[in-house]
Amino acid sequence: MNSENTFIIDGTPIPFEPDQTVLQAALKADVFIPHLCYYPGLRPNGNCKLCTVIINGRHASACTAFARPGIEVENNTPELNDKRRLLLQMLFVEGNHFCPGCEKSGNCQLQALAYELEMMTPHFNHFFPSRKLDTSHPDVFLDMNRCINCCLCVQASCEVDKKNIFAISGRGMAARIVVNTPSGKLGDSNFALSDKAASVCPVGAILPKRGSFSVPIGQRIYDDLPISSQTEFLATRKA
Amino acid sequence: MMLSPQETPKRKLRVATASLSGCFGCHMSFLDMDENLLDLVELVEFDRSPFTDIKHCGTCDIGIIEGGVCNSENVHVLREFRRNCRTLISLGACAVNGGLPALRNELDVREVLREVYFEQPGVVSSTIPNDIELPLLLDKAYPINEVVRVDYFIPGCPPSGDAIFKFLTDLIAGRTPRLDYPQMRFD
Ligand code: SF4
Ligand code: SF4
Ligand code: SF4
Ligand code: FES
Repeated sequence: MNSENTFIIDGTPIPFEPDQTVLQAALKADVFIPHLCYYPGLRPNGNCKLCTVIINGRHASACTAFARPGIEVENNTPELNDKRRLLLQMLFVEGNHFCPGCEKSGNCQLQALAYELEMMTPHFNHFFPSRKLDTSHPDVFLDMNRCINCCLCVQASCEVDKKNIFAISGRGMAARIVVNTPSGKLGDSNFALSDKAASVCPVGAILPKRGSFSVPIGQRIYDDLPISSQTEFLATRKA
Repeated sequence: MMLSPQETPKRKLRVATASLSGCFGCHMSFLDMDENLLDLVELVEFDRSPFTDIKHCGTCDIGIIEGGVCNSENVHVLREFRRNCRTLISLGACAVNGGLPALRNELDVREVLREVYFEQPGVVSSTIPNDIELPLLLDKAYPINEVVRVDYFIPGCPPSGDAIFKFLTDLIAGRTPRLDYPQMRFD
């Protein structure tokens, strides 16, 4: 393999094309790097930090770091996976994640990563925050209890749908996804089920009404195969 | 006659189980391990448990708790388990993260009681039941590890019989307990 266009992940040479990020090249080469806020076709925003790897000795986000010839990337190591599990645990306790009653269960990327990284418990004390369910839209539920602030809906609505329906409001712990309408209700926006923003949510925060639980247990995305063996699906997802 | 270590019959491990604020689904799943139960009872014997009807937990090797902590009685039972069990296992979503009972956590308990005992149509009571026999509701439903230290967690609602069997047999054999992918479920 030509070293001009390869780099190393955990000792394995990975080919890449110009302008590919470490995460994109890895997924293409069937190497899994845990990630939540990257979605193919959307500009990487680098805010979940699940994809943190060590590039030539320094921590970096695989979704925003460009692949460069000869760089050495540490990815699937116990130390990094311990940190990633910690991030997942914090995401779980910050929101209200009751998987047994969640329509996204089995198809949820947060849950799939928790399975992958063997997160047996959320460990930290739960916040049990009080967040609202917005049912005002005829076709879509907005359940902020499960939102992880990945901002994919904000980006999809702005970059692809050109509607700018979602935004992030507040800072730090108070940062929340809001709907850009005077009432704050999704039903008062021109959001449509066919919008890209309706299908990029990695968790069960933006869900189509009706048809919930229609896929039987056993046939959901992550029922049989762990997320780490579904790199092709992750790399080619299209809304 | 002295028995050599190989000949010494292995002591059965003593296991206690309880359901706090759970639906007993996790206990049903325990029984659902079918013929594996026969292998398991070769290794363990039960202390306090819905399977035995013993009312208080004695000294045990393993304690298994289903359900979260919603009221004062749950706290007492859980503390009794922690005092008496060398290893305490949190079994199922309710014990691990509060589960469905924790859906009430965004509601104010006083408001809930008022709604139920005064404001429901057709309700004629003029007081909130306050008998000494009745456990007091806690402000929230808590995962058990937010009340006592917990050694191991088996997620799932309920965890499958296979998952419980795999976990316990690993633990009893001295291996680090691990679930295989199909057994690792949060739902
Ligand atoms: S969004 Fe995912 S992690 Fe959260 S409750 Fe639903 S299935 Fe579970
Ligand atoms: S609603 Fe979904 S897509 Fe939007 S920020 Fe929250 S988790 Fe991400
Ligand atoms: S985890 Fe599920 S099955 Fe177990 S007690 Fe809770 S609701 Fe019941
Ligand atoms: S996927 Fe890289 S920071 Fe979220």
